Amino acid sequence: MTLLDVTPAAAAPPAPKPGRVHRVRPFLPLVALAVLVALPYSTLSLPGIFEGPINSPGTLQLLAICLIFGGLAAGYDLLFGRTGMLSFGHALYFAAGVYGTDILITRAGLPLWQAALLTITGGTILAALLGAVALRTVGIAFAMVTLAFAQVGAILVARDFGGLTGGEEGLPLDVSGLPAGLVGVTNTVNLYWLALAYLTLVVFVVHRVSGSPTGRVLAGLRDDERRIGVLGLDPYRYKLVAFTLAGGLASAGGVVYVLIVGGASPHITSSELTLSLLVMVVLGGPGTRWGPVLGGVLYMYLDHRLTAFGTSDAVDNLPAFLSNPLSQPLFVLGTVFILAVYFFPGGLTSLAPRVSHLTRSLRSR
Amino acid sequence: MGTVILLALTGLGLAALYFLVASGLSLVFGLADVLNFAHGLFLGVGAYGTWWAAGNLPGASGDGWGFVLAVAFGVAAGTLVAILVELVLIRPLYSRTIEQVLVTVGLSLAGVALLQATWGADARPFPRPDWTRQVTGILGAQVPNGGLLLIIAAVLVLGAILAFLRWTRYGLVIRAGVENREMVTALGIDVRKAFTLVFAIGGAAAALAGALGGVYFGTVSPGQGGSLLIFAFIVVVIGGMGSVVGSAYAAVVVGLVQQFVNYYGTSGLGDICVVGLLAVVLLLRPQGIAGKVATA
Repeated sequence: MTLLDVTPAAAAPPAPKPGRVHRVRPFLPLVALAVLVALPYSTLSLPGIFEGPINSPGTLQLLAICLIFGGLAAGYDLLFGRTGMLSFGHALYFAAGVYGTDILITRAGLPLWQAALLTITGGTILAALLGAVALRTVGIAFAMVTLAFAQVGAILVARDFGGLTGGEEGLPLDVSGLPAGLVGVTNTVNLYWLALAYLTLVVFVVHRVSGSPTGRVLAGLRDDERRIGVLGLDPYRYKLVAFTLAGGLASAGGVVYVLIVGGASPHITSSELTLSLLVMVVLGGPGTRWGPVLGGVLYMYLDHRLTAFGTSDAVDNLPAFLSNPLSQPLFVLGTVFILAVYFFPGGLTSLAPRVSHLTRSLRSR
Repeated sequence: MGTVILLALTGLGLAALYFLVASGLSLVFGLADVLNFAHGLFLGVGAYGTWWAAGNLPGASGDGWGFVLAVAFGVAAGTLVAILVELVLIRPLYSRTIEQVLVTVGLSLAGVALLQATWGADARPFPRPDWTRQVTGILGAQVPNGGLLLIIAAVLVLGAILAFLRWTRYGLVIRAGVENREMVTALGIDVRKAFTLVFAIGGAAAALAGALGGVYFGTVSPGQGGSLLIFAFIVVVIGGMGSVVGSAYAAVVVGLVQQFVNYYGTSGLGDICVVGLLAVVLLLRPQGIAGKVATA
């Protein structure tokens, strides 16, 4: 029995019938991208879903954070869903991006582009070094080792060595040297587009890699590592490449995130964040084309909105044994996650084929 | 000299705490291949159970035999939760390892949030018997009794687990199951019962760690289990997964390194040295000091 037998994605949908929908289908991602690009021009109000109209800075910031985490989850899926590596330390590279950029701009006074370049290079090298050690183990031991490395990051940040990170208080970003278009509430829309660009980049890279010969080797590693070894390929090298690439993508996400949030806070180094990434990928559907992105966006949205939902009157009026747990977003998300593992193992993206299967079998009666 | 002895004994107290958490983790991992992220929850249940019992359970209090009763209640609560988790959540996913791990991840998020929802995020003062607040003079060092209590408890638990593994029928099944689960199943032995048993033992040890850790730290908070859990993971990897004795050795090494480096270096440096130690062990001996053997 292999340790990392990731559930295969839901069974392939039945052969597409020639029809109008299927001719348009390959272009749907482009349509979605166009809609997302145009979204800030909308003044639509969706009460209950967002607090203000879509083009208000608060809503745009929430959307931008959702998009960043969609990208992060897609990058994490390169490890988990596509290569079968269960890393519990992915938050470290994201945090390296956030704190690296923040420290280089705020403490060292570098311009944004230099700070971003240095941070992404540094994050990638860090991932290569730590991956080289951690990949000497496989399966669960690998998960524990990556978790331990990430914990060092959390300790370094929390103990505030050299007064660089600001410890528990975090480190607000010094915006004086930043380009004017990225500063201030009125420019949130630019940050939103930046987040969208990041998501697009990650999705593009991940899909290109998994469609390439390297991607087929990675999928082979997920299914049976020994087979790849027998073929004369070095599993260690391929896994290290995937690990390094995912780490670099995560640190790039950190660069965008620090601009959107305007500072770094220690909670992004916690192991809880990596666990959240895992939850996002599994909720969406590991190894699927759009599952991780959907999972990431939905998780972050729920995480933010459930806090508001938890303090709303409807919940406060419930008896205490219900309203107390419901006011904790992690309780709701953890429970949903457990139910998801049981009842739809392929994630959200596996629901569509299942539902269409159901409707077809109902119609044929 | 006094400082060294004090550091060694407080380090051993920390090691005792790690061992209590890691022994269960290691057995569960060795037998069922499940990395139990919810193990920190058992610790939290034990700590809050003891805390609740000391204030509300008739006959229990923060002192004397009443405190023993409170700890017994906390341990019983932790064991019960562990058994329920195994029966309700882990067992239906038998031999689907990744999904079992995922379920414990979800449970660790939801469980800690539930503790926080019920008793708040802030640390609560823990009822400590008077004598655990005092110190004992050992070779010129004034050692807190709370730490000594932990060391004694860990040694007793280690002895009990080893005796159980060595001399009982179920111990034999567990030892054999850690070595080769398929073979034991093929011999017609129901390994699932052993799973439940191992979860119960691990839950009890973790709950005891929660109760005595509350005495050691003086407070109890929902996140306490999570931060201890990471070091317990490190102890399990260094000790060799599935080996209780390996966990004991590794816990002692980790506890002492952490305590001494944190004192003589900067605070926090010890924690980082422990991870460095992990990296060195992995590079030299990837299977850990004791490998995957659930015996001595």
